[in-house]
Amino acid sequence: MATQPATLSPSSERSFLQRIRSGDAVAHTLTGMAASTILAVTILLAYHLWSGSSLPRSAFGWSFVTGSDWDPVAEKFGALPFIFGTLTTSLLSLLIAVPVGLGAAIFLAELAPRGASDALTFMIELLAAVPSVIYGLLGIFLLVPFLQSTLVPVLVSTLGFLPIFQGQFFGVSVFSAGIILAIMIVPFIISVSREVLLAVPQDQREAALALGSTKWESTWKIVVPYAMRGIMGSVFLALARALGETMAVTMVIGNKPQIATSLLAPGYSIAAVIANEFAEATGNMHQQVLIELGLVLFALTVLINGAARLLILSTKAGGK
Amino acid sequence: MTKRFLSAAVAASLFLASCGSSEQPQNLTGAGATFPYPMYSKWFSEYQKAHPLVQINYQSQGSGAGIRQVTEGTVDFGASDQPMTDEQIAAFQTARKTPVLHFPTVMGAVVPTYNLPGVTADLKFTPAALAGIFLGKVKKWNDPAIASANPDVKLPGDDIVVVHRSDGSGTSFVFTDFLTKVSPDWAAGPGKGSAINWPVGLGGKGNEGVVGLLKQTPNSIAYTEMIYAVQNKLPMGDVQNAAGKFVKASPESVTAAAANMQMPDDFRVSITNAAGEAAYPISSLTWLLVPQTIQDAGKRQVITDFLTWMLTTGQGMAPALQYAALPAAVVEKEKAAIAQIK
Repeated sequence: MATQPATLSPSSERSFLQRIRSGDAVAHTLTGMAASTILAVTILLAYHLWSGSSLPRSAFGWSFVTGSDWDPVAEKFGALPFIFGTLTTSLLSLLIAVPVGLGAAIFLAELAPRGASDALTFMIELLAAVPSVIYGLLGIFLLVPFLQSTLVPVLVSTLGFLPIFQGQFFGVSVFSAGIILAIMIVPFIISVSREVLLAVPQDQREAALALGSTKWESTWKIVVPYAMRGIMGSVFLALARALGETMAVTMVIGNKPQIATSLLAPGYSIAAVIANEFAEATGNMHQQVLIELGLVLFALTVLINGAARLLILSTKAGGK
Repeated sequence: MTKRFLSAAVAASLFLASCGSSEQPQNLTGAGATFPYPMYSKWFSEYQKAHPLVQINYQSQGSGAGIRQVTEGTVDFGASDQPMTDEQIAAFQTARKTPVLHFPTVMGAVVPTYNLPGVTADLKFTPAALAGIFLGKVKKWNDPAIASANPDVKLPGDDIVVVHRSDGSGTSFVFTDFLTKVSPDWAAGPGKGSAINWPVGLGGKGNEGVVGLLKQTPNSIAYTEMIYAVQNKLPMGDVQNAAGKFVKASPESVTAAAANMQMPDDFRVSITNAAGEAAYPISSLTWLLVPQTIQDAGKRQVITDFLTWMLTTGQGMAPALQYAALPAAVVEKEKAAIAQIK
């Protein structure tokens, strides 16, 4: 109905009413408004984080991000141990989650029978919906005892010469937090990557097979590179989740603001310290410092996402 | 028939109207301390049973949030595990144009608890030993600082693993307030606060996080609220009080700590390290924070009535939940203070 007049008469002759009826203007306005809420929320967030942390910004300046003391009683604050903890746990989780997630996505999209693939994907999406406090409890009651009794002794006896696997292990540590985060973000990587891989046009695969490549060669050399941008997108979505994850991390990281070379040592993350201390932060300075930590996390996320965009752009240029 | 029904209806509506003047439906909101939350939720539900028109909604968001919200006037009353500081009181006066009143409600205790495989006897801790352990200066379980108070216990030579709260909490405040009073090193070092710079140890989130870590870490020591230790059947160490006696935490020994306390007129007092042979030294009050002037007559009525009820009927419900009731002298002093609410 709406397309008929458009093909019959030139668009310049369409009256305002016709254009309204065709829905263009309405859709344009509505979707535009929806998009602008995102912009508004982001600006509002940045503004509030900025204006809510004026006290510590003027008191500490840049030493806030380079200092490593955290003493709410003496009102001495340095955020470096938290930044360090957030970055190491997130990176560690990516190191574990990317190979597993990508492998699983390739299997589900390319190799598994369609029925099994759909069933497994349904379960994976269920995993993504589990509240993070549940993962934290799993961490405390299942993962930590397993690490203590089995995995870490093995790691220490085989890789103990590396500084990152030295020192006393209490169960809660940067390492435990990284593993819990990996478990939490794997579903994101699998489910998005699988969709992206499935969206690769069938003729790409057929062309590769026709040229005599094996199934695996067509998958690894043709399909995966074709879908690389989408896969990276899924990884950065997962990374964003890891950077901001709060409950599960604070339950297994040990909550000790220190910068240790060993992954087995306890640490602390930005989101965890905000969640831990905000409710009982009575002084203005303490409260505002926690808001400034929020600003730091926001800036970190923006920086990492910016870097991610650049990386994606460069793969496109290099890959094709 | 219709006439009789009508007159009955009129009488009923007149009766309701006459009641309405004194007892309109009232909604009160409060926010703050998590430590007395089980007690408060019991009190509010019992009070509502007796007063069906009153709704009291309490959010246990933490003492800091309670102080902030009552200062901003977003709640009718606040609750805190530590008295407001002079600056906070000044800020309250500026924001609300009226002073804030502190009303102690119940008392609790913080107990040292531990996971020492092979040790079944209850350990005794001197203040110096506790401060030394949490400062990281007493490193091994068989250190003379611990062993000298426990001559009958065979202590292992293992390293002590300290576990503390990572979230800001009234429990940490009470514990560090005690350490600050008994140890000059602690006072000069970490100091007291709901969140502090712990010299050693692992942080667990909430009581459950601390107990989870404690149970999984052999040779560890932690502190929790007495209620939590009792409910989870954790060992509770005896602590040496100011009179030199080793006392186990119980509702009675906590009440004893407040009984010997000179109560100031504004009720802002710390009862850690209290005098008296039976006093448990790591005890604390917890407070409701109420503005002195309440414009809304209905709300004022409910708050004063609830406070009176809490000091009489309410106190009897405390021991069943492992809280300690207030000493009679404090109750009398508070009843007099309720009259200040205008």
